[in-house]
Amino acid sequence: MAATVDARGLSCPQPVIMTLDEIKKGQSNEIIILVDTDTSKENVTRAAESQGFTVDKVTSEGEGYRISITRGQA
Amino acid sequence: MNGKNIFATRWGIIGVGACIGILAPLLQKLGNPGNMGICVACFERDIAGGLGLHRAAVVQYIRPEIIGFVLGALVAAYLCKEYRPRAGSAPIVRFVLGVFAMIGALVFLGCPWRAMLRLAGGDGNAILGLAGLTFGIWIGTLFLKNGYNLGRSQTTHTTAGWMLPLIMIGFLVLLLIFPQIEGQDKNGVLFYSLKGPGSMHAPLLVSLAVGLGIGFLAQRSRFCTMGAIRDVVLFGQTHLLSGLLALLVSAFLTNLALSQFKMGFAGQPVAHTQHIWNFAGMALSGLAFALAGGCPGRQLFLAGEGDGDAAVFVMGMIVGAGIAHNFGLASSPEGVGAYGVPAVIVGFLVCLFIGFTMRRKSA
Repeated sequence: MAATVDARGLSCPQPVIMTLDEIKKGQSNEIIILVDTDTSKENVTRAAESQGFTVDKVTSEGEGYRISITRGQA
Repeated sequence: MNGKNIFATRWGIIGVGACIGILAPLLQKLGNPGNMGICVACFERDIAGGLGLHRAAVVQYIRPEIIGFVLGALVAAYLCKEYRPRAGSAPIVRFVLGVFAMIGALVFLGCPWRAMLRLAGGDGNAILGLAGLTFGIWIGTLFLKNGYNLGRSQTTHTTAGWMLPLIMIGFLVLLLIFPQIEGQDKNGVLFYSLKGPGSMHAPLLVSLAVGLGIGFLAQRSRFCTMGAIRDVVLFGQTHLLSGLLALLVSAFLTNLALSQFKMGFAGQPVAHTQHIWNFAGMALSGLAFALAGGCPGRQLFLAGEGDGDAAVFVMGMIVGAGIAHNFGLASSPEGVGAYGVPAVIVGFLVCLFIGFTMRRKSA
């Protein structure tokens, strides 16, 4: 079961902080992050990759994006 | 323009920083004040003066660069389908943060952009300012680590996101209807400076074009001077910092090429040498920018892509400039203004109060 981080409507740097907090918990190997701006999408992607996560899929959802990341390299 | 955003890559942000670092000293060469090719705080202060929100005679001019920043970002956001009207994340708090960010910047005499440009022009006082900026941002990161948060924004009407861009278009129209007349300090509703920094400016169309270009590039690259330092302190991430350093290096080289580099502390243009207050003013600004989530430039670019909360921050800065000059808080080359020191202290207390109390965990 993937953990979900809902960062929609939150401004910089909250989406990254929330994503890193979830990563640090270490309980999930798969995390779904919901964001609503392209900036947040780029920042979250960059942060996840710096933590050894791989970005599996980014899909448009509503007025934002659904980013799915998994632990480890692809 | 879908697909990968090349401006958001490492080389993209470096390119944008380098580009700004070349354009700013060129604007100075073409008429803008010393080490002030671009200064978001100073230019918003000049706009406040041009509108008569304060009557400091030496700093009155509707700066086209600021208008360009917002409209350039608007164009970029529309072209790349990133325009997204949103608002409602504690707007009044952002307004107050904008007011004190401006007051801190006017005690130092510059925003983070100008702090870098001052350093690139050889002004040693900028070192104190940048140290203060880093200190203020560091305090901000402590709040961020402890759950500080201004809450979520909501999607809103397209028109709401257009408000600041429309205000900027209004300023431009006023500037065209009531242009500066040689030797006159007023034309129609607009005030102009006959001497001092407000009287020094590059040709209108050049300023506007550079502003539009930087607004476009900065929206695409997410260039942010505060974020550059914050991300290093908070995440150990150097992405935005590489853009800021590129700005510093290219501005330094451009200043050398244009013979605008002059090293020292005393006698620097639009600067004072009161080290403690250069540090403290910028620290207050840095804290306010960190709590608001962006440097003054970034707030303009965000406002251009539809962020109504960033627009409120911008209005806070413009009003803050009015307060700073009307109340004698702003510094001058002679030193800190009559009430500058208590204003910085009050500003810190307000920002700390906001930082400690706004910790609502987002559900």
